[in-house]
Formats: sequence, structure tokens, C-alpha cells
Amino acid sequence: MSIFEYNGSAVVAMVGKNCFAIASDRRLGVQLQTIATDFQKIYKIHDKLFIGLSGLATDAQTMYQKLVFRHKLYQLREERNMKPETFASLVSALLYEKRELAKDFVVSGSASESLYGACEAMFKPDMEPEELFETISQALLSSVDRDCLSGWGGHAKPWYSVLLENVVLG
Amino acid sequence: MGDSQYSFSLTTFSPSGKLVQIEHALTAVGSGQTSLGIKAANGVVIATEKKLPSILVDEASVQKIQILTPNIGVVYSGMGPDSRVLVRKSRKQAERYHRLYKEPIPVTQLVRETAGVMQEFTQSGGVRPFGVSLLVAGFDDKGPQLYQVDPSGSYFSWKASAMGKNVSNAKTFLEKRYTDDMELDDAVHTAILTLKEGFEGQISEKNIEIGIVGTDKKFRQSPIKFSDCFEK
Repeated sequence: MSIFEYNGSAVVAMVGKNCFAIASDRRLGVQLQTIATDFQKIYKIHDKLFIGLSGLATDAQTMYQKLVFRHKLYQLREERNMKPETFASLVSALLYEKRELAKDFVVSGSASESLYGACEAMFKPDMEPEELFETISQALLSSVDRDCLSGWGGHAKPWYSVLLENVVLG
Repeated sequence: MGDSQYSFSLTTFSPSGKLVQIEHALTAVGSGQTSLGIKAANGVVIATEKKLPSILVDEASVQKIQILTPNIGVVYSGMGPDSRVLVRKSRKQAERYHRLYKEPIPVTQLVRETAGVMQEFTQSGGVRPFGVSLLVAGFDDKGPQLYQVDPSGSYFSWKASAMGKNVSNAKTFLEKRYTDDMELDDAVHTAILTLKEGFEGQISEKNIEIGIVGTDKKFRQSPIKFSDCFEK
């Protein structure tokens, strides 16, 4: 078993027309045993920037703390928020891994294989916010149903001009 | 070893609250060759006189205006060798920023870093302050920008500034000539005229240097022929 599958996760993000959405499952497990069903995997960096962290939960939480720290220092130094591209570069530097910027959707976690399938089937370019939200939610739910290690509902955060409250799915 | 336990730092406050070493550094700048910069509506120009000790020196081998990043250039007044240390450190800092964020360093950030280095050299043991002031010209997302950095590590954003010999004359001249809606071409002309005011002898393309950065965000050293500017 890969350490990335120890806790189990499903994270997906999609780009629409002047909007984006990011979603994750809510399960925290230790292999096949479920520990919590309200676990947060999507983190907020600022009003228009979120990061979904999949994989080993303890490392994901540490990673989030480091990213918040680096972003706060950046804000103090430069008196502005990071652009998504800039932030992606910072994440890439911290992970010591090259990241590609995606044009349409990205997936990660133990459910990534089924997420790819669902996204390939459901994604269309230039979706309006409501449709995008529906698509990402359906893609997430049908993917976690095909993966033993993720599930127990989802968190989906759509973003378009005004940030909606965290929406909890089925 | 030094003469006493207080000789680690050359910069110790005098009873009147001054740091004499910094004052001396400013004197070194004040007796250096004149440099100036003008921020126009659509770009920035920096210029300096390039007086060489002898006519036998190959003037093509002297570059007083240097590029820090593709969109930021710098000119100094004061000690040439000191400026090269700062240029090397600034370039490295710009490169570090680029490696981390894959984005060119903003002018303000580079100026802050460079000023930080200059400040450190007023407070560290075994070093002396830099005998230079810098004019940093750049164009980024926030538009054209011109900064002056002094040996103390203090820095200011200017619409137009001058340093070195004839500062006060040059600044008075710039105050009369400067307008907010000035275009880059005008600014280049004004820069040359200002240098000409304090110049001993005839100025030519060989004894001044000019650097400009415009809306294309490309800093260029002596980019065009200025022959027409030298008439009369």
C-alpha cells in the first residue's frame, strides 16, 4: 500500500466561465477503518484561492500550515494576495516537484482513477457557476462510490464573484 | 585585532546622534559623478556622466548603468567597485525570487532587498557602509518606478532625482522641467539637458550613459542614437 492511500481521499477542481469549483470527500480513515466523516481537505488561502490537499492527512495539515505561513509573510511583504500561478509555484517549490497548471480540471487522491473517468465524461468547457457546481458534485460522488477509501459525503466550494458558504453533499 | 573592544564596528553613534561613517559615505557619493533619473508617464530614464581618468581609457569598457532583471536597471554615484557588489547581490536576490514564484520580482521588492543589504553594512562588524547611492529604474505591474537607495539603507520613490556632484543644481533644474504627464522621449531629452547643465566640457555619446525602460518592460542601455540631442 502506498502512503498516499493510508487515509484515503478524493479531491477534484474544475474551471468554468469566470468561476471555478473545488470539491473533496469528507472521510478520514486508517486504511479500511473510518475515523471521522467530517474531515476538511479543502483549505482557504484567501478569498479567491483554495487548495485541496490529498494523501497522508498529517502531512496535508502540516503543508497547509506552512502554506498559510508563507502566504501571510508574502502579504505583509508585498501588501497583496498571491495570484494562483504564484501560489502554485510556491507549492511546487515546497514539494520539490514540478506542477503543471491545468486548463480544465484536476484530480487527486486515492479516488483519482475514478475521478479522471468521471471528469472526462462530465466536464464541458465554459460552464456557468450553477452547472459547474452540479457537475463537480456529481463527479465527486460517483467517483467516491467506486473507491473504498474515500467517501462519506463531500465538501464543494464553488467560487464566482461572491463566495458561497460551504455546501455539504449527500 | 582592533585597538579596543569597541572596534568591531566602524559605525558607532556619535554623542550628537549621528553615524559619522554614514555621513562620510554620503560625502563619497556627493563627490561622485552625477547621475539622475526621471519617471515619465510611460517609462523611466536614468542617466549618468561617464568621465574617464584619461583619454587613453577605452570608453566602451566602462558600463555604469547595469541591468538587474530584464525590466529593472540601476545606476550609481560614488564608488564603482562598491556598486558592483550591490549589483551582484541584487541580481542574485531577483533570481531567488524568480525561482520561487516563477514571476519577475516587483521593483519595490528588489529595492527593499537591496536597501536591506546596505543597511546591514551599517551595522555589521568588520565592514563599512557602501560608498554609493543607487537609482533603480523599473517597469512592472504597478507601472514605471524610480527609487533612490542611500548608503544608510533608506530608500524613496521619486518622480525625478539626481545624485553625485551638482545634486542641488540638477535637482533645481529637474524641479523646473518636470511635469506629471511627461512622455519618455521628453524625459530622455530633459535628462540629457540636466546632465549638460553641470557638465564640464562638451557632452557626447561617449561621455554619458543612458538607460530607459518603457511600456514594453524591457530595460535598455543607451538604446538609441542621441546625436540629435547633442546639437547646440
